[in-house]
Amino acid sequence: MKEIVVISGKGGTGKTSLVAAFASLAQNAVLADCDVDAADLHLILKPDVRETHDFSGGKLARIGADKCIGCGECERVCRFEAVLLNGPGNELVTRTCTIDPVACEGCGVCVQFCPVDAIDFEDAINGRWFVSETRFGPMVHARLGAAEENSGKLVSLIRKQARRIAGEGVGANDDSPLLLVDGSPGIGCPVIASITGADLVLVVTEPTLSGRHDLDRVAQLTAHFDIPTAVCVNKWDINPDVTGAIEAGARDKGLVFAGRIDYDPAVTNAQVAEKTIIEYARNRTAAQVVSVWSVITDFLKTTK
Amino acid sequence: MILAVASGKGGTGKTTVATNLAKVCAAAGKPTQYLDCDVEEPNGHIFLKPQIDRREEVTVEVPQVDAAKCIGCGRCGQICQYSAIVCIGEKVLTFEQLCHSCGGCWLVCPAEAIERKPLRIGEIETGWAGPLGFVSGRLEIGHVRTPSLIRSVKRHIQSDRLAIVDVPPGTSCPVVAAIKGVDFVLLVTEPTPFGLNDLKLAIALVREMKLPFAVAINRDGIGDDRTQAYCETEGVEIVVRIPDDRRIAQVYSAGQMIVDALPEYTERFGDLATRLGAL
Repeated sequence: MKEIVVISGKGGTGKTSLVAAFASLAQNAVLADCDVDAADLHLILKPDVRETHDFSGGKLARIGADKCIGCGECERVCRFEAVLLNGPGNELVTRTCTIDPVACEGCGVCVQFCPVDAIDFEDAINGRWFVSETRFGPMVHARLGAAEENSGKLVSLIRKQARRIAGEGVGANDDSPLLLVDGSPGIGCPVIASITGADLVLVVTEPTLSGRHDLDRVAQLTAHFDIPTAVCVNKWDINPDVTGAIEAGARDKGLVFAGRIDYDPAVTNAQVAEKTIIEYARNRTAAQVVSVWSVITDFLKTTK
Repeated sequence: MILAVASGKGGTGKTTVATNLAKVCAAAGKPTQYLDCDVEEPNGHIFLKPQIDRREEVTVEVPQVDAAKCIGCGRCGQICQYSAIVCIGEKVLTFEQLCHSCGGCWLVCPAEAIERKPLRIGEIETGWAGPLGFVSGRLEIGHVRTPSLIRSVKRHIQSDRLAIVDVPPGTSCPVVAAIKGVDFVLLVTEPTPFGLNDLKLAIALVREMKLPFAVAINRDGIGDDRTQAYCETEGVEIVVRIPDDRRIAQVYSAGQMIVDALPEYTERFGDLATRLGAL
Protein backbone atom coordinates (compact mmCIF):
# COMPACT_ATOMS: atom_id res chain seq x y z
CA MET A 1 0.00 0.00 0.00
CA LYS A 2 1.21 3.49 -0.85
CA GLU A 3 0.06 6.67 0.86
CA ILE A 4 -0.03 10.15 -0.68
CA VAL A 5 -0.80 13.11 1.58
CA VAL A 6 -1.79 16.42 -0.01
CA ILE A 7 -1.06 19.53 2.06
CA SER A 8 -0.52 23.19 1.30
CA GLY A 9 1.10 25.19 4.10
CA LYS A 10 -1.02 28.18 3.13
CA GLY A 11 -4.78 27.67 3.08
CA GLY A 12 -6.98 28.12 0.03
CA THR A 13 -4.51 27.03 -2.61
CA GLY A 14 -6.88 24.41 -4.07
CA LYS A 15 -5.73 21.36 -2.12
CA THR A 16 -9.17 19.80 -1.65
CA SER A 17 -10.26 20.43 -5.25
CA LEU A 18 -7.12 18.62 -6.38
CA VAL A 19 -7.62 15.71 -4.00
CA ALA A 20 -11.16 15.26 -5.33
CA ALA A 21 -9.82 15.28 -8.89
CA PHE A 22 -7.13 12.73 -7.98
CA ALA A 23 -9.83 10.54 -6.41
CA SER A 24 -11.58 10.41 -9.76
CA LEU A 25 -8.31 9.49 -11.51
CA ALA A 26 -7.05 6.89 -9.05
CA GLN A 27 -7.96 3.27 -9.36
CA ASN A 28 -8.74 1.54 -6.08
CA ALA A 29 -7.90 4.41 -3.78
CA VAL A 30 -9.11 4.74 -0.22
CA LEU A 31 -9.77 8.39 0.60
CA ALA A 32 -9.17 10.08 3.93
CA ASP A 33 -10.13 13.64 4.80
CA CYS A 34 -7.68 14.66 7.51
CA ASP A 35 -8.54 18.37 7.35
CA VAL A 36 -10.74 17.67 10.33
CA ASP A 37 -11.48 21.18 11.51
CA ALA A 38 -12.56 22.52 8.12
CA ALA A 39 -13.43 19.39 6.15
CA ASP A 40 -14.70 20.06 2.63
CA LEU A 41 -13.91 16.97 0.56
CA HIS A 42 -17.34 15.50 1.30
CA LEU A 43 -18.98 18.41 -0.54
CA ILE A 44 -17.62 17.03 -3.83
CA LEU A 45 -17.46 13.32 -3.10
CA LYS A 46 -20.94 13.15 -1.53
CA PRO A 47 -20.15 10.20 0.73
CA ASP A 48 -22.84 7.71 1.59
CA VAL A 49 -22.18 7.23 5.32
CA ARG A 50 -22.07 3.56 6.35
CA GLU A 51 -20.63 3.84 9.87
CA THR A 52 -20.63 6.66 12.42
CA HIS A 53 -18.45 6.64 15.54
CA ASP A 54 -17.91 9.05 18.41
CA PHE A 55 -14.39 10.37 18.82
CA SER A 56 -12.93 10.99 22.25
CA GLY A 57 -9.44 12.43 22.29
CA GLY A 58 -9.18 12.88 26.02
CA LYS A 59 -10.98 13.75 29.20
CA LEU A 60 -12.64 16.85 30.61
CA ALA A 61 -12.92 17.98 34.22
CA ARG A 62 -16.34 18.89 35.62
CA ILE A 63 -16.94 20.25 39.11
CA GLY A 64 -19.90 18.94 41.09
CA ALA A 65 -21.65 22.05 42.46
CA ASP A 66 -23.03 20.01 45.38
CA LYS A 67 -19.56 19.01 46.63
CA CYS A 68 -17.44 22.09 45.83
CA ILE A 69 -16.30 24.10 48.87
CA GLY A 70 -15.11 27.05 46.76
CA CYS A 71 -11.56 26.82 48.11
CA GLY A 72 -9.94 27.76 44.78
CA GLU A 73 -7.28 25.04 44.90
CA CYS A 74 -8.31 23.97 41.38
CA GLU A 75 -7.85 27.52 40.14
CA ARG A 76 -4.41 27.67 41.76
CA VAL A 77 -3.12 24.53 40.01
CA CYS A 78 -4.79 25.08 36.60
CA ARG A 79 -2.35 26.41 33.99
CA PHE A 80 -5.04 26.93 31.34
CA GLU A 81 -7.16 29.60 33.05
CA ALA A 82 -10.06 27.15 32.83
CA VAL A 83 -11.42 27.56 36.37
CA LEU A 84 -14.04 30.23 37.02
CA LEU A 85 -15.64 31.13 40.34
CA ASN A 86 -19.11 31.55 38.89
CA GLY A 87 -21.02 28.40 39.88
CA PRO A 88 -24.19 28.27 41.95
CA GLY A 89 -24.02 28.25 45.72
CA ASN A 90 -24.67 25.21 47.91
CA GLU A 91 -25.13 24.47 51.62
CA LEU A 92 -21.53 25.41 52.34
CA VAL A 93 -20.65 28.34 50.11
CA THR A 94 -22.38 31.08 48.13
CA ARG A 95 -20.27 30.53 45.00
CA THR A 96 -18.73 27.36 43.62
CA CYS A 97 -16.08 26.85 40.97
CA THR A 98 -16.80 25.74 37.42
CA ILE A 99 -14.61 24.62 34.52
CA ASP A 100 -14.73 26.34 31.15
CA PRO A 101 -14.85 23.31 28.81
CA VAL A 102 -13.38 25.34 25.94
CA ALA A 103 -10.27 26.30 27.95
CA CYS A 104 -9.86 22.93 29.72
CA GLU A 105 -7.11 20.79 28.18
CA GLY A 106 -8.05 17.70 30.17
CA CYS A 107 -4.84 17.46 32.17
CA GLY A 108 -6.58 16.25 35.34
CA VAL A 109 -4.36 18.23 37.72
CA CYS A 110 -7.37 19.89 39.39
CA VAL A 111 -8.95 16.45 39.84
CA GLN A 112 -5.83 15.26 41.64
CA PHE A 113 -5.59 18.27 43.96
CA CYS A 114 -9.25 18.90 44.84
CA PRO A 115 -9.35 18.35 48.63
CA VAL A 116 -12.98 17.12 48.62
CA ASP A 117 -12.98 15.01 45.42
CA ALA A 118 -15.59 17.27 43.87
CA ILE A 119 -14.26 17.03 40.31
CA ASP A 120 -15.36 14.37 37.84
CA PHE A 121 -13.01 13.40 35.02
CA GLU A 122 -14.73 11.73 32.12
CA ASP A 123 -14.13 11.06 28.45
CA ALA A 124 -14.99 14.08 26.34
CA ILE A 125 -16.72 13.62 23.00
CA ASN A 126 -14.67 15.84 20.68
CA GLY A 127 -16.28 14.87 17.40
CA ARG A 128 -17.43 12.04 15.17
CA TRP A 129 -15.81 10.02 12.43
CA PHE A 130 -17.35 8.18 9.53
CA VAL A 131 -16.67 5.35 7.12
CA SER A 132 -18.44 6.00 3.84
CA GLU A 133 -18.73 4.92 0.24
CA THR A 134 -18.23 7.40 -2.59
CA ARG A 135 -18.44 7.11 -6.35
CA PHE A 136 -14.63 6.77 -6.33
CA GLY A 137 -14.23 4.32 -3.47
CA PRO A 138 -14.30 4.14 0.32
CA MET A 139 -13.72 7.28 2.36
CA VAL A 140 -12.93 7.88 6.01
CA HIS A 141 -13.72 11.36 7.30
CA ALA A 142 -14.62 13.21 10.46
CA ARG A 143 -16.18 16.20 12.03
CA LEU A 144 -14.38 17.81 14.95
CA GLY A 145 -16.75 19.73 17.22
CA ALA A 146 -16.43 23.52 17.27
CA ALA A 147 -13.70 24.76 19.64
CA GLU A 148 -12.43 21.22 20.22
CA GLU A 149 -8.94 19.95 20.90
CA ASN A 150 -7.14 16.83 19.83
CA SER A 151 -7.34 17.33 16.08
CA GLY A 152 -3.98 15.52 15.81
CA LYS A 153 -5.36 12.46 17.55
CA LEU A 154 -8.41 12.46 15.30
CA VAL A 155 -6.18 12.73 12.22
CA SER A 156 -4.13 9.74 13.41
CA LEU A 157 -7.33 7.78 13.94
CA ILE A 158 -8.66 8.62 10.45
CA ARG A 159 -5.42 7.53 8.81
CA LYS A 160 -5.31 4.32 10.81
CA GLN A 161 -8.86 3.43 9.82
CA ALA A 162 -8.23 4.31 6.18
CA ARG A 163 -5.10 2.13 6.22
CA ARG A 164 -7.09 -0.72 7.71
CA ILE A 165 -9.65 -0.48 4.90
CA ALA A 166 -6.93 -0.21 2.26
CA GLY A 167 -5.19 -3.20 3.85
CA GLU A 168 -8.36 -5.25 3.58
CA GLY A 169 -8.09 -4.76 -0.18
CA VAL A 170 -10.48 -2.49 -1.97
CA GLY A 171 -10.41 -4.37 -5.19
CA ALA A 172 -9.56 -8.04 -4.94
CA ASN A 173 -7.75 -7.75 -8.25
CA ASP A 174 -5.44 -5.01 -7.14
CA ASP A 175 -2.65 -5.90 -4.79
CA SER A 176 -1.45 -2.33 -4.22
CA PRO A 177 -4.27 -0.10 -3.06
CA LEU A 178 -3.53 3.59 -2.70
CA LEU A 179 -4.33 5.80 0.24
CA LEU A 180 -5.11 9.38 -0.73
CA VAL A 181 -5.15 11.85 2.17
CA ASP A 182 -6.40 15.44 2.24
CA GLY A 183 -4.36 17.22 4.93
CA SER A 184 -4.85 20.54 6.66
CA PRO A 185 -3.16 23.94 6.26
CA GLY A 186 -0.33 25.04 8.53
CA ILE A 187 2.62 23.13 9.98
CA GLY A 188 1.24 22.23 13.42
CA CYS A 189 -0.18 19.24 15.19
CA PRO A 190 -2.81 18.03 12.65
CA VAL A 191 -0.34 18.43 9.77
CA ILE A 192 2.38 16.48 11.56
CA ALA A 193 -0.19 13.78 12.38
CA SER A 194 -1.18 13.68 8.67
CA ILE A 195 2.26 13.27 7.16
CA THR A 196 4.38 11.11 9.46
CA GLY A 197 5.18 7.82 7.74
CA ALA A 198 3.59 8.78 4.39
CA ASP A 199 5.23 7.64 1.14
CA LEU A 200 4.83 11.01 -0.52
CA VAL A 201 3.66 14.48 0.43
CA LEU A 202 2.34 16.70 -2.37
CA VAL A 203 2.38 20.38 -1.47
CA VAL A 204 -0.12 22.44 -3.46
CA THR A 205 1.00 26.04 -3.50
CA GLU A 206 0.13 29.24 -5.35
CA PRO A 207 2.43 31.78 -7.01
CA THR A 208 2.21 34.44 -4.32
CA LEU A 209 4.88 35.61 -1.88
CA SER A 210 2.70 34.17 0.90
CA GLY A 211 2.37 30.84 -0.88
CA ARG A 212 6.11 30.69 -1.45
CA HIS A 213 6.91 31.62 2.16
CA ASP A 214 4.49 28.98 3.49
CA LEU A 215 5.82 26.36 1.06
CA ASP A 216 9.32 26.96 2.45
CA ARG A 217 8.11 26.29 5.98
CA VAL A 218 6.10 23.19 5.08
CA ALA A 219 9.05 21.84 3.05
CA GLN A 220 11.26 22.28 6.13
CA LEU A 221 8.67 20.27 8.04
CA THR A 222 8.64 17.37 5.54
CA ALA A 223 12.46 17.44 5.48
CA HIS A 224 12.45 17.32 9.30
CA PHE A 225 10.39 14.12 9.10
CA ASP A 226 12.33 12.86 6.08
CA ILE A 227 9.30 12.41 3.81
CA PRO A 228 9.65 12.53 -0.01
CA THR A 229 7.99 15.73 -1.19
CA ALA A 230 6.54 16.96 -4.47
CA VAL A 231 5.30 20.47 -5.28
CA CYS A 232 2.74 21.77 -7.76
CA VAL A 233 1.75 25.38 -8.40
CA ASN A 234 -1.96 26.02 -8.73
CA LYS A 235 -3.24 29.22 -10.43
CA TRP A 236 0.30 29.55 -11.80
CA ASP A 237 -0.54 32.27 -14.32
CA ILE A 238 -1.48 34.84 -11.61
CA ASN A 239 2.24 35.48 -11.31
CA PRO A 240 4.51 33.60 -13.75
CA ASP A 241 7.67 35.09 -12.17
CA VAL A 242 6.86 33.76 -8.71
CA THR A 243 5.86 30.42 -10.28
CA GLY A 244 9.28 30.24 -11.96
CA ALA A 245 11.01 31.02 -8.66
CA ILE A 246 8.99 28.36 -6.81
CA GLU A 247 9.78 25.76 -9.48
CA ALA A 248 13.51 26.57 -9.44
CA GLY A 249 13.57 26.62 -5.63
CA ALA A 250 11.80 23.25 -5.44
CA ARG A 251 14.29 21.64 -7.83
CA ASP A 252 17.20 23.16 -5.88
CA LYS A 253 15.91 21.57 -2.70
CA GLY A 254 15.62 18.19 -4.41
CA LEU A 255 11.83 18.20 -4.36
CA VAL A 256 9.84 16.66 -7.20
CA PHE A 257 8.25 19.39 -9.32
CA ALA A 258 4.88 17.98 -10.33
CA GLY A 259 3.58 20.74 -12.59
CA ARG A 260 1.59 23.92 -13.06
CA ILE A 261 -2.17 24.32 -13.12
CA ASP A 262 -4.02 27.29 -14.66
CA TYR A 263 -6.09 29.85 -12.74
CA ASP A 264 -9.41 28.70 -14.16
CA PRO A 265 -12.93 29.72 -13.05
CA ALA A 266 -14.04 26.21 -14.13
CA VAL A 267 -12.50 24.90 -10.87
CA THR A 268 -14.93 26.97 -8.77
CA ASN A 269 -17.78 26.19 -11.15
CA ALA A 270 -17.05 22.47 -10.75
CA GLN A 271 -17.20 22.93 -6.97
CA VAL A 272 -20.61 24.61 -7.26
CA ALA A 273 -21.77 21.69 -9.46
CA GLU A 274 -20.42 19.24 -6.82
CA LYS A 275 -18.12 17.68 -9.39
CA THR A 276 -14.38 17.27 -9.76
CA ILE A 277 -12.67 19.31 -12.46
CA ILE A 278 -12.05 16.04 -14.32
CA GLU A 279 -15.77 15.27 -14.41
CA TYR A 280 -16.80 18.86 -15.06
CA ALA A 281 -14.50 20.11 -17.79
CA ARG A 282 -12.49 18.26 -20.39
CA ASN A 283 -10.27 21.28 -20.79
CA ARG A 284 -6.64 22.31 -20.48
CA THR A 285 -6.86 22.63 -16.68
CA ALA A 286 -8.18 19.08 -16.37
CA ALA A 287 -5.30 17.88 -18.57
CA GLN A 288 -2.80 19.67 -16.31
CA VAL A 289 -4.30 17.94 -13.26
CA VAL A 290 -3.99 14.57 -15.03
CA SER A 291 -0.36 15.39 -15.74
CA VAL A 292 0.38 16.26 -12.07
CA TRP A 293 -1.27 12.99 -11.03
CA SER A 294 0.83 10.96 -13.44
CA VAL A 295 4.06 12.64 -12.25
CA ILE A 296 3.38 11.80 -8.62
CA THR A 297 2.13 8.26 -9.27
CA ASP A 298 5.19 7.60 -11.44
CA PHE A 299 7.39 8.91 -8.66
CA LEU A 300 5.58 6.70 -6.16
CA LYS A 301 6.56 3.63 -8.19
CA THR A 302 10.20 4.48 -7.48
CA THR A 303 9.67 4.55 -3.68
CA LYS A 304 9.84 1.44 -1.60
CA MET B 1 -10.85 47.48 21.09
CA ILE B 2 -9.56 44.07 20.03
CA LEU B 3 -10.79 43.02 16.61
CA ALA B 4 -10.07 39.49 15.36
CA VAL B 5 -10.06 38.67 11.64
CA ALA B 6 -10.78 34.97 11.22
CA SER B 7 -12.13 32.40 8.76
CA GLY B 8 -12.89 28.72 8.88
CA LYS B 9 -11.46 28.07 5.43
CA GLY B 10 -7.88 29.03 4.70
CA GLY B 11 -6.95 31.37 1.88
CA THR B 12 -10.15 33.42 1.91
CA GLY B 13 -8.33 36.73 2.40
CA LYS B 14 -7.98 37.02 6.18
CA THR B 15 -4.51 38.51 6.08
CA THR B 16 -5.49 40.82 3.20
CA VAL B 17 -8.40 42.22 5.20
CA ALA B 18 -6.47 42.39 8.48
CA THR B 19 -3.40 44.16 7.08
CA ASN B 20 -5.31 46.64 4.90
CA LEU B 21 -7.72 47.44 7.72
CA ALA B 22 -4.84 47.97 10.16
CA LYS B 23 -3.00 50.20 7.75
CA VAL B 24 -6.07 52.33 7.02
CA CYS B 25 -6.81 52.77 10.73
CA ALA B 26 -3.21 53.71 11.56
CA ALA B 27 -3.07 56.12 8.63
CA ALA B 28 -6.25 57.80 9.91
CA GLY B 29 -4.40 58.66 13.11
CA LYS B 30 -5.86 55.91 15.30
CA PRO B 31 -3.19 54.25 17.47
CA THR B 32 -3.29 50.72 16.07
CA GLN B 33 -1.36 47.49 16.28
CA TYR B 34 -1.47 44.44 14.04
CA LEU B 35 -0.82 41.06 15.66
CA ASP B 36 -0.13 38.03 13.45
CA CYS B 37 -1.48 35.04 15.39
CA ASP B 38 -1.32 32.73 12.35
CA VAL B 39 1.94 31.53 13.90
CA GLU B 40 2.26 28.36 11.82
CA GLU B 41 2.26 30.34 8.58
CA PRO B 42 2.59 34.04 9.41
CA ASN B 43 2.31 36.26 6.33
CA GLY B 44 1.49 39.74 7.64
CA HIS B 45 5.14 40.85 7.43
CA ILE B 46 5.16 40.17 3.68
CA PHE B 47 2.60 42.94 3.16
CA LEU B 48 3.33 45.39 6.00
CA LYS B 49 7.14 45.17 5.59
CA PRO B 50 7.73 46.27 9.18
CA GLN B 51 10.96 47.45 10.70
CA ILE B 52 11.64 44.82 13.40
CA ASP B 53 13.04 46.30 16.63
CA ARG B 54 12.98 43.26 18.83
CA ARG B 55 12.93 39.46 18.69
CA GLU B 56 12.08 37.41 21.74
CA GLU B 57 12.25 33.71 22.24
CA VAL B 58 9.09 31.97 23.45
CA THR B 59 9.50 28.95 25.66
CA VAL B 60 7.19 26.63 27.56
CA GLU B 61 8.03 24.62 30.65
CA VAL B 62 8.59 20.88 30.28
CA PRO B 63 9.75 18.37 32.90
CA GLN B 64 13.32 17.28 33.45
CA VAL B 65 13.75 14.30 35.77
CA ASP B 66 16.70 14.07 38.11
CA ALA B 67 17.34 10.32 38.15
CA ALA B 68 19.41 10.64 41.34
CA LYS B 69 16.43 11.99 43.27
CA CYS B 70 13.70 9.86 41.59
CA ILE B 71 12.25 7.21 43.89
CA GLY B 72 10.48 5.39 41.06
CA CYS B 73 6.98 5.82 42.53
CA GLY B 74 5.36 6.24 39.10
CA ARG B 75 3.02 9.06 40.13
CA CYS B 76 4.21 11.43 37.38
CA GLY B 77 3.36 8.86 34.72
CA GLN B 78 -0.06 8.27 36.27
CA ILE B 79 -1.14 11.92 36.28
CA CYS B 80 0.12 12.73 32.76
CA GLN B 81 -2.80 12.55 30.32
CA TYR B 82 -0.61 13.13 27.26
CA SER B 83 1.94 10.29 27.55
CA ALA B 84 4.60 13.00 27.82
CA ILE B 85 6.11 11.36 30.89
CA VAL B 86 6.13 7.59 31.09
CA CYS B 87 7.44 5.31 33.83
CA ILE B 88 8.83 1.94 32.80
CA GLY B 89 9.79 0.07 35.93
CA GLU B 90 11.88 2.57 37.85
CA LYS B 91 12.93 4.46 34.75
CA VAL B 92 11.19 7.70 33.75
CA LEU B 93 11.11 8.81 30.11
CA THR B 94 9.93 12.24 28.91
CA PHE B 95 8.55 13.17 25.49
CA GLU B 96 8.74 16.95 25.30
CA GLN B 97 6.74 17.24 22.09
CA LEU B 98 3.68 15.71 23.76
CA CYS B 99 3.84 17.88 26.90
CA HIS B 100 1.09 20.47 27.52
CA SER B 101 3.00 22.07 30.46
CA CYS B 102 0.10 21.36 32.83
CA GLY B 103 2.54 21.00 35.72
CA GLY B 104 0.93 17.80 37.00
CA CYS B 105 4.16 15.78 37.14
CA TRP B 106 6.21 18.24 39.14
CA LEU B 107 3.28 18.99 41.45
CA VAL B 108 2.70 15.32 42.34
CA CYS B 109 6.35 14.26 42.58
CA PRO B 110 6.95 13.53 46.30
CA ALA B 111 10.74 13.54 45.91
CA GLU B 112 11.15 16.92 44.18
CA ALA B 113 12.91 15.02 41.42
CA ILE B 114 11.27 16.91 38.54
CA GLU B 115 12.58 20.30 37.51
CA ARG B 116 11.01 22.63 34.97
CA LYS B 117 13.08 23.18 31.89
CA PRO B 118 12.37 25.74 29.15
CA LEU B 119 11.56 24.37 25.67
CA ARG B 120 11.78 26.81 22.77
CA ILE B 121 8.57 26.72 20.67
CA GLY B 122 9.03 29.83 18.57
CA GLU B 123 9.72 33.52 18.56
CA ILE B 124 7.90 36.83 18.49
CA GLU B 125 8.98 39.82 16.41
CA THR B 126 7.84 43.31 17.28
CA GLY B 127 8.33 46.55 15.40
CA TRP B 128 6.63 49.22 13.34
CA ALA B 129 5.17 49.59 9.89
CA GLY B 130 5.06 53.40 9.82
CA PRO B 131 2.63 54.44 12.56
CA LEU B 132 1.27 50.87 12.84
CA GLY B 133 2.55 48.67 15.67
CA PHE B 134 3.52 45.20 14.46
CA VAL B 135 3.69 41.92 16.42
CA SER B 136 4.15 38.50 14.83
CA GLY B 137 4.63 34.99 16.21
CA ARG B 138 6.51 32.27 14.36
CA LEU B 139 6.25 28.63 15.43
CA GLU B 140 9.42 26.56 15.38
CA ILE B 141 9.34 23.86 12.68
CA GLY B 142 8.29 20.48 14.07
CA HIS B 143 6.67 21.96 17.19
CA VAL B 144 2.98 21.73 18.05
CA ARG B 145 2.43 24.28 20.82
CA THR B 146 0.52 26.65 18.54
CA PRO B 147 -2.01 27.83 21.19
CA SER B 148 0.74 28.60 23.74
CA LEU B 149 2.60 30.74 21.22
CA ILE B 150 -0.60 32.54 20.23
CA ARG B 151 -1.30 33.38 23.87
CA SER B 152 2.22 34.84 24.10
CA VAL B 153 1.63 36.99 21.00
CA LYS B 154 -1.59 38.32 22.52
CA ARG B 155 0.21 39.41 25.68
CA HIS B 156 1.64 42.18 23.49
CA ILE B 157 -1.80 43.75 23.06
CA GLN B 158 -1.76 47.32 24.38
CA SER B 159 -5.06 48.40 25.88
CA ASP B 160 -4.73 51.99 24.63
CA ARG B 161 -4.50 50.88 21.00
CA LEU B 162 -6.85 49.34 18.51
CA ALA B 163 -5.59 45.75 18.18
CA ILE B 164 -6.23 43.83 14.95
CA VAL B 165 -5.58 40.12 15.40
CA ASP B 166 -4.88 37.94 12.33
CA VAL B 167 -6.26 34.49 13.32
CA PRO B 168 -5.15 31.08 11.94
CA PRO B 169 -7.65 29.16 9.77
CA GLY B 170 -9.80 26.35 11.11
CA THR B 171 -12.07 26.02 14.14
CA SER B 172 -10.01 24.17 16.73
CA CYS B 173 -7.72 25.08 19.63
CA PRO B 174 -5.42 27.58 17.84
CA VAL B 175 -8.45 29.60 16.74
CA VAL B 176 -9.92 29.45 20.25
CA ALA B 177 -6.64 30.76 21.67
CA ALA B 178 -6.57 33.60 19.13
CA ILE B 179 -10.15 34.84 19.55
CA LYS B 180 -10.62 34.30 23.29
CA GLY B 181 -11.25 37.64 24.97
CA VAL B 182 -11.55 39.73 21.78
CA ASP B 183 -14.32 42.29 21.41
CA PHE B 184 -15.41 41.40 17.89
CA VAL B 185 -14.72 38.77 15.23
CA LEU B 186 -14.81 39.52 11.51
CA LEU B 187 -15.23 36.26 9.57
CA VAL B 188 -13.82 36.45 6.06
CA THR B 189 -15.28 34.02 3.55
CA GLU B 190 -15.64 33.49 -0.17
CA PRO B 191 -19.00 32.70 -1.77
CA THR B 192 -18.22 29.11 -2.74
CA PRO B 193 -19.54 25.81 -1.32
CA PHE B 194 -16.25 25.23 0.56
CA GLY B 195 -16.26 28.79 1.85
CA LEU B 196 -19.86 28.49 3.05
CA ASN B 197 -19.34 25.11 4.72
CA ASP B 198 -16.37 26.43 6.67
CA LEU B 199 -18.13 29.72 7.44
CA LYS B 200 -20.94 27.74 9.11
CA LEU B 201 -18.35 25.95 11.26
CA ALA B 202 -16.70 29.26 12.17
CA ILE B 203 -20.07 30.80 13.08
CA ALA B 204 -20.80 27.79 15.32
CA LEU B 205 -17.48 28.43 17.06
CA VAL B 206 -17.94 32.17 17.68
CA ARG B 207 -21.49 31.54 18.85
CA GLU B 208 -20.26 28.87 21.25
CA MET B 209 -17.75 31.41 22.59
CA LYS B 210 -20.50 34.06 22.75
CA LEU B 211 -18.54 36.59 20.70
CA PRO B 212 -20.16 39.25 18.50
CA PHE B 213 -19.29 38.81 14.83
CA ALA B 214 -20.00 39.81 11.24
CA VAL B 215 -19.05 38.49 7.81
CA ALA B 216 -16.81 39.87 5.06
CA ILE B 217 -17.27 38.37 1.59
CA ASN B 218 -14.12 38.28 -0.49
CA ARG B 219 -13.96 37.44 -4.21
CA ASP B 220 -17.61 38.50 -4.45
CA GLY B 221 -18.99 37.33 -7.78
CA ILE B 222 -17.48 33.85 -7.93
CA GLY B 223 -19.34 30.72 -6.87
CA ASP B 224 -23.01 31.10 -6.09
CA ASP B 225 -25.44 33.08 -3.91
CA ARG B 226 -25.88 30.49 -1.14
CA THR B 227 -23.57 32.36 1.26
CA GLN B 228 -25.68 35.50 0.92
CA ALA B 229 -28.87 33.49 1.43
CA TYR B 230 -27.43 31.74 4.48
CA CYS B 231 -26.40 35.03 6.10
CA GLU B 232 -29.88 36.48 5.48
CA THR B 233 -31.60 33.44 7.00
CA GLU B 234 -29.31 33.43 10.02
CA GLY B 235 -29.52 37.20 10.53
CA VAL B 236 -25.76 37.55 10.08
CA GLU B 237 -24.57 40.95 8.90
CA ILE B 238 -22.32 41.19 5.83
CA VAL B 239 -20.20 44.28 6.51
CA VAL B 240 -18.04 44.39 3.40
CA ARG B 241 -17.75 42.84 -0.03
CA ILE B 242 -14.52 42.77 -1.96
CA PRO B 243 -15.11 41.91 -5.62
CA ASP B 244 -13.38 39.14 -7.52
CA ASP B 245 -10.79 41.30 -9.24
CA ARG B 246 -7.81 39.67 -10.91
CA ARG B 247 -5.77 42.80 -10.16
CA ILE B 248 -6.22 42.16 -6.43
CA ALA B 249 -4.89 38.62 -6.88
CA GLN B 250 -1.89 39.97 -8.76
CA VAL B 251 -1.19 42.72 -6.21
CA TYR B 252 -1.45 40.13 -3.45
CA SER B 253 0.85 37.72 -5.28
CA ALA B 254 3.59 40.36 -5.32
CA GLY B 255 3.23 41.07 -1.61
CA GLN B 256 1.65 44.51 -2.08
CA MET B 257 -1.14 46.09 -0.10
CA ILE B 258 -4.44 46.71 -1.88
CA VAL B 259 -4.74 50.19 -0.35
CA ASP B 260 -1.33 51.13 -1.82
CA ALA B 261 -1.55 49.54 -5.26
CA LEU B 262 -5.29 49.93 -5.89
CA PRO B 263 -6.24 53.13 -4.02
CA GLU B 264 -9.82 52.94 -5.27
CA TYR B 265 -10.35 50.31 -2.55
CA THR B 266 -9.05 52.49 0.29
CA GLU B 267 -12.46 53.99 0.99
CA ARG B 268 -13.95 50.51 1.29
CA PHE B 269 -11.53 49.58 4.08
CA GLY B 270 -12.15 52.95 5.75
CA ASP B 271 -15.89 52.32 5.65
CA LEU B 272 -15.36 48.84 7.05
CA ALA B 273 -13.32 50.26 9.96
CA THR B 274 -16.07 52.78 10.69
CA ARG B 275 -18.79 50.14 10.53
CA LEU B 276 -16.91 47.94 12.97
CA GLY B 277 -16.47 50.86 15.37
CA ALA B 278 -12.70 50.72 14.93
CA LEU B 279 -12.48 54.32 13.72
